[in-house]
Amino acid sequence: MNEDVILNVHQLQQYFPVRNEWGLRTGSLKALDGVSLQLVSGEVLGVVGESGCGKSTLGKTIVGIHRPTGGSIEFDGRPILALDRKQEKALRTRLQYCYQDPGASLDPRWTIGRSLEEPLIIHTNLSKAERLERVHDVLDAVGLPKAHLDLYPHEISGGQQRRIGIARVLMLRPNVIILDEPTSGLDVSVQATVLNLLADLRKAYDLAYLMISHDLAVVRKVSDRIAVMYLGRIVETGKTDDVFSHPAHPYTQSLLASAPRIGKERVTDHFWLEGEPPKPTDIPVACRFAPRCPKAQDICRKQDPVLRPIFDHQEAACHFPA
Amino acid sequence: MVAEKLLSVEGLSVHYITEGGTARVLDHVGFSIRHGEIMGLVGESGCGKTSLARAILGVLPGNAEVVSGKILFKGSDLLRLAPSEAEESIRGRAISFVPQDPFTSFSPLFSIGEQIRTLMRWKSPDRKPGEKVYGSGRRKRDRERVMAMLQAVQLPDPEGLLKKYPHEVSGGQRQRLMIAMALLPEPRLVIADEPTTALDVTIQAQILKLLKRLITETGASVLFTTHDLGAAWEICDRITVMYAGQEAETAPVQSFFDRPAHPYTKKLLDSLPTENSPLIGIPGRVPSLLNPPAGCRFHPRCTSSTEICHHKQPDVTEMGYEHAVRCHHPIMGGGQ
Repeated sequence: MNEDVILNVHQLQQYFPVRNEWGLRTGSLKALDGVSLQLVSGEVLGVVGESGCGKSTLGKTIVGIHRPTGGSIEFDGRPILALDRKQEKALRTRLQYCYQDPGASLDPRWTIGRSLEEPLIIHTNLSKAERLERVHDVLDAVGLPKAHLDLYPHEISGGQQRRIGIARVLMLRPNVIILDEPTSGLDVSVQATVLNLLADLRKAYDLAYLMISHDLAVVRKVSDRIAVMYLGRIVETGKTDDVFSHPAHPYTQSLLASAPRIGKERVTDHFWLEGEPPKPTDIPVACRFAPRCPKAQDICRKQDPVLRPIFDHQEAACHFPA
Repeated sequence: MVAEKLLSVEGLSVHYITEGGTARVLDHVGFSIRHGEIMGLVGESGCGKTSLARAILGVLPGNAEVVSGKILFKGSDLLRLAPSEAEESIRGRAISFVPQDPFTSFSPLFSIGEQIRTLMRWKSPDRKPGEKVYGSGRRKRDRERVMAMLQAVQLPDPEGLLKKYPHEVSGGQRQRLMIAMALLPEPRLVIADEPTTALDVTIQAQILKLLKRLITETGASVLFTTHDLGAAWEICDRITVMYAGQEAETAPVQSFFDRPAHPYTKKLLDSLPTENSPLIGIPGRVPSLLNPPAGCRFHPRCTSSTEICHHKQPDVTEMGYEHAVRCHHPIMGGGQ
């Protein structure tokens, strides 16, 4: 599956310094510790994990909000981190990031029309009329009336704000969109319409999504492949159906087992995972999941497992995969 | 097993007076909770579930006005109770509360131990009515109670925990503490307002499991409000779904999910992402409570609405075993 790789992230590392009261560095918070993934044109890769696993840092580092402390990012065959400012800026127009909460990321004092037009003013040489035409096209594509252009963000509903957030990143005609929790905070009836919109836009604009979410049901519904993160690492990756039907890593198993499934056996009757993830400043040596893992043996506390193939493109970082 | 009612809400209407006009937040709501059951109250943002919970607790905001109705708890109407009586024997005692957000519900200025001690000083089951002194005998017994409860909610190192400040413990542990504090006064009813919304799924599973076990052990009832139908499936015995300030449907958990009778419930369930069925949202949006539609409140978004739905409010009708729905055209086969 190398032919159409549009985004290739290799051994990405993001260490944030931890300092004491005197501003002296005492350690590192390893938000990302060697994360590799590939995104093929037109596919949806879901990144799942719990708070603090590094999934949002991953999105922000790929898109350039943080400068990584190690590793490489190739977009369309070109190493983003090695380019000069100007080339990087041009390349990044095709790689866009959609913020989690558009209610907070849209400027409250700007009309929606002005917010939508801004990226075109910064990145393109289009005339005023051409810009307006594109704004109208995209607004139409996300299913909102033109009258919304004169409104302010607080005047529209949460679901409509999501649509504007998506419209804004579509303005520059990207190839890849990183969606950070695209449906968090939405009611299910609105969530369904936003997910359907994302599916339609993917076809219409030939987009690939890197979708970061903690909602397993949503990720299962829309992703072609998924990557499961735990404490700054990908612990399992594979085709969505494969990972959901036969998860190999014990953490993936517990994560899938914890999500309620209406009409099926109740999670609360047999859920077995105990404890909470350790702090990312205090990562266990060797296998990171070993302290909570029911299968852990001596080797898990001595040797760090690497991602290795289990089954047809499914990989897991575990000494004793299922 | 039709058990006796612990709490019943009858024809409750609550208005909020706002700058934009009068919002009819609750409109003739009927609702009940039995002894020892976990009653789910589900619905989307703004449907009135939190207002109903607040009305029961007697903590509606200052601009709220109870227009009509009763809230009967163990036979007496909470709405007609003297404020001192409600404070003394109901709120935080017979009816306790688990908040949605374990991050902002503790005071950051006091240690966890100090906050639990203050709770026990006024709300301990040992306290006699009107007692103001917190004598050493009661302090000793209360401390033992607290230690036992912290064990019961599976918090590690209870002694050390009491000396810590809220920011020093994780979100999951704070929610365990909230549950412990809600159960310490030995209430008859616990109102849990979205208690797992702010938590990760694996922690949610742990907390729901814990809550279910403790409730079975103590025999209390729970009003569990949530927008997460999965969480409701996990622990509720019965479920009421609300829409725009009214209860739309009430049913035992199994028939609620298997045989929904209200078109809104059906559409809500169809909006959930599942493996094999297409996602169907609900077009349109929840109506403004300042100016709700005439007739059935759901009719502008309903695909089975007819003439009558536009001008006549539907009454609550019984559909089947313990299954009631507020609709002119309930789905056939629903509720049976």
